[in-house]
Amino acid sequence: MTNELPPGLALQKVDERIMTLNVGPQHPGSGHMRIIVQIDGDFIVACDPDPGYVHRGEEKMAEYRNYITNIPHLERPVIHDSCNILYPYVLGVEELLGIEVPERAKYIRVIASELNRCVYTMYWLAIYGIFLGHSTMFMWPAGDRELLIDLLEKMTGARVTHAHFVPGGVRNDLPPNFEDVCLRQVNYFEKRIKEYAAIFYDNPILIARTANTGILSREDAIRLGTTGSVLRASGVDYDLRKKEPYDVYEELDFQTNVLKEGDSYARSKIPWLDMMESCRIIRHALQKMPKSGSVRVKLKPNPKGKGLDSVYKRVESGRGSLGCYIVSDGKPEPYRVKLSVGSFRNLIALPYLLKGEKLGNMPAVYWSLNYWPVEADR
Amino acid sequence: MSVIAPNFKFSEFVKSILDNVFWILLIFALIGLPAIQIILFYIEMPVIDGELLTPFLALTWLADPSRTLPILKAFMTTDLFKIAAFPGFGFAALLAAGTIFIERKMLAKLQLRVGPFYCGKIEGILQLMGDGLKLISKEIIIPAKADKPIFWAAPVIFVATAAAFVALIPVAPGWVVADVDVGLLAVFAIIGFFPIITILSAWSSNSKFPFIGGIRALHQMVSFEIPLILSLLGVVILTGTLNLSEIVASQSNFPWIIFLPIGAIIFFITILAELERIPFDLPEAESEIVAGWLTEFSGMIYGLVQLGTYLKLYAFAALFVVLFLGGWTGPMIWPPFPEEIITDGIVMGPITVKIPGLPIFSQEMLNGVVWFVIKTVGVIFFILLPRGVFPRIRIDMLLSLGWYKLIGLAFVNIFIALGLLYAGVLGPGGIL
Repeated sequence: MTNELPPGLALQKVDERIMTLNVGPQHPGSGHMRIIVQIDGDFIVACDPDPGYVHRGEEKMAEYRNYITNIPHLERPVIHDSCNILYPYVLGVEELLGIEVPERAKYIRVIASELNRCVYTMYWLAIYGIFLGHSTMFMWPAGDRELLIDLLEKMTGARVTHAHFVPGGVRNDLPPNFEDVCLRQVNYFEKRIKEYAAIFYDNPILIARTANTGILSREDAIRLGTTGSVLRASGVDYDLRKKEPYDVYEELDFQTNVLKEGDSYARSKIPWLDMMESCRIIRHALQKMPKSGSVRVKLKPNPKGKGLDSVYKRVESGRGSLGCYIVSDGKPEPYRVKLSVGSFRNLIALPYLLKGEKLGNMPAVYWSLNYWPVEADR
Repeated sequence: MSVIAPNFKFSEFVKSILDNVFWILLIFALIGLPAIQIILFYIEMPVIDGELLTPFLALTWLADPSRTLPILKAFMTTDLFKIAAFPGFGFAALLAAGTIFIERKMLAKLQLRVGPFYCGKIEGILQLMGDGLKLISKEIIIPAKADKPIFWAAPVIFVATAAAFVALIPVAPGWVVADVDVGLLAVFAIIGFFPIITILSAWSSNSKFPFIGGIRALHQMVSFEIPLILSLLGVVILTGTLNLSEIVASQSNFPWIIFLPIGAIIFFITILAELERIPFDLPEAESEIVAGWLTEFSGMIYGLVQLGTYLKLYAFAALFVVLFLGGWTGPMIWPPFPEEIITDGIVMGPITVKIPGLPIFSQEMLNGVVWFVIKTVGVIFFILLPRGVFPRIRIDMLLSLGWYKLIGLAFVNIFIALGLLYAGVLGPGGIL
């Protein structure tokens, strides 16, 4: 038996000038994780992110439940973005079981997932605001998020953790008069988020504070394997809704937002621009959606896969590419479910970005990576 | 969107006020009166006008205005009253408590929420009392490796220093606790004391985050003290005095902010930095260093530091008013006291009550206090406002702002003051 301690706890000989800070897990600026930061004066010499404090074994749990009962617990890693984290699993199961989804259900799925993306992004934006000491930017998104949560509650019956997507469609049809309410609330929501520019995104102190900090070049962004808003802020036009359209995304009219700077400011601006695109998508989808029809294919009570089979599906979530790999061995339970999440891919960039930065930039760079600790730990 | 706050109803408003009055009267009757009696029984009774002042006699006198008013008037000229109540600690603490309440409600309105609402029934006015009770009842936890004497002493010294700052502020003509001729120098000395207390408390807690916060506070306060002192030199050059009461008296015609706007702006920015308010709240940046130098404080120690912080805020705002906005000067808005009440007494039908010794305060003094409070609250409002609008800045941006921009502008301000003096436009005592 060796007495080796984990990297953050081991005693190590360091320069007398260098101080080791344990930022987290009980720290207001860390989330459910720890960042071991070594500082020389006000400069960060080395940084070691230490996730894993909220590991819940979702993937192992999925091997003991059948394809349908997996749904409520697989969405737990990101309860604010629960439609998107279920999306690849549901798409994969549909391919495994060979189910054709009705057209109306596809549109409802797109609307729900775009609403959920906005809900997640507002939550992320609120925390980004309070990390930079901007308390108004904490309260405004947290309040405006309620608009969309109300919509999702009308749609699915739950404020978060909707468990709305099922193999074969969605669980329920839309309530009557939903289209009008949705259009009105989404229009108001878009008006509200445009007002954020005046207080947050055009704020001279914010720009001076976050521009030119934590620059991730285009090459490094590709090399480190980052996804989502981090990748698009570094000038790579990569959005799975465009590159590998799933459901009805190819029929809808929207564009991807790309910025070239690659700094914290660009990384924080991309999700905000994406929210406006989401509003466009929702409006277009409401227009094109078939007004009536089935939303769910009836399945057999305990569906089984067809022998040894595997499938990999991925979607664009609020934090980037979100993949789900399902292996079936012909039983009612999946043999293996593997979630490949954007949060963890983006976290990889953190040590490279923080090296040489000032300690004051740590929250700005860390949270601009669009990282959700619970999702990364799964 | 669910709305928590019900609509305003006048009847409920009146009812809640009456409720509060009822409880205050009940508590006073049940606790206050017995307490007064017990105190009166146990203290040694003085002999006044050849009579031993027994509690019953004291109560009789309290009911008789012609006996009470001279005693009250005599008490109000004592130093104890000045230090504890009116221009000193009590007045400042009252304004500071009002500041906390206004800050919370104002920020809440700005951020589309309700703010303190339930405590005290009327818009949560007793929230501060509840917070104070909570802080008092909490356990004080001290880190095992802390330097305990300094750790205990630092918050107390902090409040004492802030109170000493308050003591130098003239509120109305003649109403100042310490009327020193080198008043402005004494202010500089007290401002120079705050970083020492901060670094003492940060270092004595022997913890990493408070240490970083303390070092940041030290950097911030020391580098903003220089533009602060330089920005006030313009006023000193034009008035030719360091006595704060005389500086106020010199602004009877116009406030100095008209001639020295640059100095006023620099002083305002340095106030924000000295008070560690957003956008300069780096020593307490919670997402980077937990709560900075306040991290290890708990219970009433933390409460004392907060009290000191808000006393300091009041004192700085009052200093801005005294130096740039003309202190207590302003048009007479307080109505004059009716002369006939003093000469003829109060006539109520057949009864005439003669009350010699009214009024307790002069009309000029009350008018001055009203103007002073209005101006101070205005300045406090502008000190609080950036908290809802700006994010926190970084330490290098802060230092470059202090050393490059503000010091240069402060010299420009001094040259403007010297130019006005030598051109013969302005000088000691106003327009020449």
